[in-house]
Amino acid sequence: MIELWNALPLVVRILLKVIVIVLPLLGLVAYYTLAERKVIGYMQVRIGPNRVGWRGLLQPIADAVKLMMKEIVVPTRADKTLFLIAPLISIVPAIAAWAVFPFDATLVVADIHAGLLYILALSSLGVYGIIIAGWASNSRYAMLGAMRSAAQLIAYEIAMGFALAGVLVAAGSLNLGDIVRAQSGSVLTWFWLPLLPFFGVYLIAGVAETNRAPFDVAEGESELVAGFHVEYSGMGFAVFFLAEYANMILVSALTVVLFMGGWLSPLPQSWVQGVFPLDDGFQWLLLKTFFFMFLFLWLRATFPRYRYDQIMRLGWKVFIPITIVWILVVAVGVVANLPPWWSA
Amino acid sequence: MGFEKFLFYCFAAMTVAASAMVISRRNPVHAVLWMVVVFVSSAVLWILLEAEFLGIVLILVYVGAVMVLFLFVVMMLDIDIATLRAGFISYLPVGALVAAVMMIEIALVVGPAHFGLAAFSAPPAAGVAVNNTHELGMLLYTVYAYPVELAAVILLVAIVAAIRLTLRRRPDNKYIDPARQVRVKKGPDRIRILKMASVGPAQPPAADPAATKE
Repeated sequence: MIELWNALPLVVRILLKVIVIVLPLLGLVAYYTLAERKVIGYMQVRIGPNRVGWRGLLQPIADAVKLMMKEIVVPTRADKTLFLIAPLISIVPAIAAWAVFPFDATLVVADIHAGLLYILALSSLGVYGIIIAGWASNSRYAMLGAMRSAAQLIAYEIAMGFALAGVLVAAGSLNLGDIVRAQSGSVLTWFWLPLLPFFGVYLIAGVAETNRAPFDVAEGESELVAGFHVEYSGMGFAVFFLAEYANMILVSALTVVLFMGGWLSPLPQSWVQGVFPLDDGFQWLLLKTFFFMFLFLWLRATFPRYRYDQIMRLGWKVFIPITIVWILVVAVGVVANLPPWWSA
Repeated sequence: MGFEKFLFYCFAAMTVAASAMVISRRNPVHAVLWMVVVFVSSAVLWILLEAEFLGIVLILVYVGAVMVLFLFVVMMLDIDIATLRAGFISYLPVGALVAAVMMIEIALVVGPAHFGLAAFSAPPAAGVAVNNTHELGMLLYTVYAYPVELAAVILLVAIVAAIRLTLRRRPDNKYIDPARQVRVKKGPDRIRILKMASVGPAQPPAADPAATKE
């Protein structure tokens, strides 16, 4: 089996790995949309979709078929090329970022040194999809939505970058696998505790970066109809939708890797050594990621939308000072070999 | 080496073609987007040179931040292409002269006589174990610490200057200070807390409108 695998050309092997990651990811995205409607439904004492398939389980497929059948309408005097490639620009970074993601101690497609930087660089590209969509639509609502979204992304990207820099200082590596390994020990040595301010800032900035409620002013139904994707129909709209959900999954998974110990088991090593579902492994990563994905839905069902000026205030005046101060604290902790996290 | 060479020529051609598009597009937004393509493909060239840190940072800083702001500004501007192009012919001789002088200067400084494998032999490949980011960081913060700090201070001064120049305080601005909002207390401040019974007194059953009519 291994020999057969090694006999394949490199390009084929990489392609197979990509397929193994992307197909389940897209399936997860599809069922995440259903989960969102169900979870928010139950939180609001409704049932949610329950007509297509058993308890509505085939709803995402029905949605996909519906969206594929719809006509793609290009607005008058819109920039057609840019209008059509904008959804692609927004989804490609959300998928490409998984290339350096460690699913397990050994399971990673590209184990590069600068993994964290790569993810930061890719997540900074997502904004182009939104800006180009807003501009190319030749619509005032779309333009205003794109402007809001771009300003918001830039504001929160700085705080997010500082939070990641803090993780980098604490772990002493940019490689995501090494960052998880630096957290090994117990639940208390995971980075959520020593980096608690970064954990909070990263999670909230992640919600803001994905344009999710309560930071979804870019869509702002009450004032902008649907924001930057107001002119999109059919698959164009669907791809924006997929990108948003893929980004939510990515942010959840990254939160787990950076702060919640990635694939590490929360139970003490002496209890679970070698016991399959309890020992370290992919299943823990999945479980923790699901928790944060649920958190996204929970936030949306709970909080009303932020006012625009308060979003800007939170990003620039609250998060950035907090992260700068805590980077200094963490740096002192690392230099002083503060136990139990950085005992030499 | 074959595949790497192929990639190099692909992305080198893309860089040159995209640069040509930057200066030939009439629509400034398109020009900025082509410039993004230039940055991305030159980042790929750097990564092919095993300078992955520089390549990723080029995308992170230039594509992810600088060009977004560029795009932001260019989209807001109402640029009239006709006025920009007016007098193109009359400026052409001077422009061509300046361009020619620049080209000659560039050729003299970085011409084929000063470049190529004859002038610089290819550096030995460092291997995958060498951490690019770590090596660069060690150099920047030990040997080149003062230049780095100096550059940082200059950038900080530029930020402060730009903010100071554009900052204006408008007296009619209804700015809301959330800290003051949170500190509002009942009594002397502007809020009043009313006590209300959670269940009101029993209402008399509403008379049936149909019954009263008759």
